[in-house]
Amino acid sequence: MSTTAPKRTTFRRRVSSPPPAVYALVLIPFLIEAFVVFWPALNGIALSFLSWNGYSEAQFVGFDNYARMATDPVFVIALRNTAIWLVVFGGISFVGGLAVALLLQSERRGVGVYRTALFLPMVFSLVVTALIWNAIYQPSGILNTFLTAIGLESWTRLWLGDPNTALLAVIVAALWRQIGYIMVLFIAGLKAIDPALIEAARVDGANAWQRLRFITLPQLRSVNLVVISILVIDALRSFDIVYSMTRGGPFRSTELLSTYMFEAAFTSRQLGYGSALAVVIFLLAVGVIITYLTRAFADSKED
Amino acid sequence: MALIDDARPMIIDALEEKPARRRSAWRRPLRTAAFHLSAGSIALLWFAPIALVLLMSFRTFDDIARNGVGSLPQSFSLTAYPDVWEGAGMAQALLNSFLITIPTVALSLFLSSIAAFGLSRYRIRFWRAILLIMLAGNLLPVQVILIPVAKMAESLGLYDSLFAVIGVQTAFGLGFYTFVLYGFMRGIPNELQDAASIDGAGVMRTYWQVVLPLCKPALAALGALAFTWIFNDLLLSLTLLQTDSKFPITAAVLSLLGQYGGEWNLIAAATVIAALPCVIVFLIFQRSFIGGLALGAVK
Repeated sequence: MSTTAPKRTTFRRRVSSPPPAVYALVLIPFLIEAFVVFWPALNGIALSFLSWNGYSEAQFVGFDNYARMATDPVFVIALRNTAIWLVVFGGISFVGGLAVALLLQSERRGVGVYRTALFLPMVFSLVVTALIWNAIYQPSGILNTFLTAIGLESWTRLWLGDPNTALLAVIVAALWRQIGYIMVLFIAGLKAIDPALIEAARVDGANAWQRLRFITLPQLRSVNLVVISILVIDALRSFDIVYSMTRGGPFRSTELLSTYMFEAAFTSRQLGYGSALAVVIFLLAVGVIITYLTRAFADSKED
Repeated sequence: MALIDDARPMIIDALEEKPARRRSAWRRPLRTAAFHLSAGSIALLWFAPIALVLLMSFRTFDDIARNGVGSLPQSFSLTAYPDVWEGAGMAQALLNSFLITIPTVALSLFLSSIAAFGLSRYRIRFWRAILLIMLAGNLLPVQVILIPVAKMAESLGLYDSLFAVIGVQTAFGLGFYTFVLYGFMRGIPNELQDAASIDGAGVMRTYWQVVLPLCKPALAALGALAFTWIFNDLLLSLTLLQTDSKFPITAAVLSLLGQYGGEWNLIAAATVIAALPCVIVFLIFQRSFIGGLALGAVK
């Protein structure tokens, strides 16, 4: 493959203009995406300045929908829960995924079975994950049965019905599904590290912790970037599992921006307010990722 | 695909053995035992919820009602499966899921492969901008387009039809698939394309007979990934569909929870049916599936 790389550049220079058919090949998919994704996205932004129930006349209200968020207690709860989700779900996925990747990175007997066990939940839908964990959290479910069996009966509760535990209970279910995915990304990253680097550190007398801290983690920087972007986007998009397990309840204790957006738009038919919430989700995703990217670039310049 | 490199692990293993031999002889088996103990218990813990639901689907309702959802099975029965398959409409829901998923996967792979072919094999103006804009569309939170897309489907008369779901799903995935296939196609040697054009092959022939067959590994990986993503979607189906009989299996299983609350053997059987197609696809395409996930992560 390496021999073809220089030839490609000469090829690009040699062909002056491609046949017209090539433009059609590129433009047809591009225009489909523009029509079904970008145009609606722009419409969504425009909708966020309207007050509209979908049937009667729409009214232009400027930034009223956005101003309303400041005084909307449910929005504040949803924003706080989304932040908790981002930090707890994102943080544990990252650390847990890295930990199992380090444990399962080398090819040895039986490692494939362990990897598959951790990875399998990733192929289930979030609805399936939600139902599996819903069964575990039932009043007579395995979690309460287990706690009773080991003498911790006072700890048993309605995990999804108790506002104090519902959000964490949903996060645990989401983590069960996500960690295997993050593990795969980290294993790929670990495999791409030149083994000679680690061996050199070993020869120099670095212990396992030092090799991890000074060789492996810095070498994983580009993977970290991808993993964090994926986690941020996944966390802000999260909808299925909360909707399937609690629909945002009890008492809004698991309401996320995305579930609140869905409710506002499709249950209480406030299309303008729902759109404004969607725009906020979008801005947060872009904001978090840009902040992280600039910091990551600034860090790499210092080195 | 270079990520799933078979040589590297062997190199790492070979390197690791040297210092191990220097250590005292008993440490290596001890380390192996510690590895299997820790990795094994994590794997068991991870697998337990799946086993629990499988077991639950084979219990009778009386057993669950009497002994609780979390008890060990005291009964064995296969009736839950036919009950949900016909009685609760799982057969129709599964069919709907396939009617959405298979055309969507085929269509999005076709469209993204022609875009990637044009962008990677010819010198197109603004190719970089086109590729990045397409990828950006995939990073958009889907919530932003939900309401307008529902409105658009209504005005086109496609609301509450599987076509609407297929169309939106296809367009929404295009950016990522194009990006991955672009990266893959760039690695194909130009000599092959040159030879084809000397032999008189046009653009479409070169695409169909030269480039596409070489992309089989990437297409398999993307196809398997896309299958699970589209099969598992809930949000777009909830937004674009209304009639119960058109629901894909994700939405159908969810509404089952409301209807059959407490009949956990039925819910468990439906859950197993909903999970099975993706598990089968995963087991068939395991290697390319995992390789596909890692694609683009390490560049």
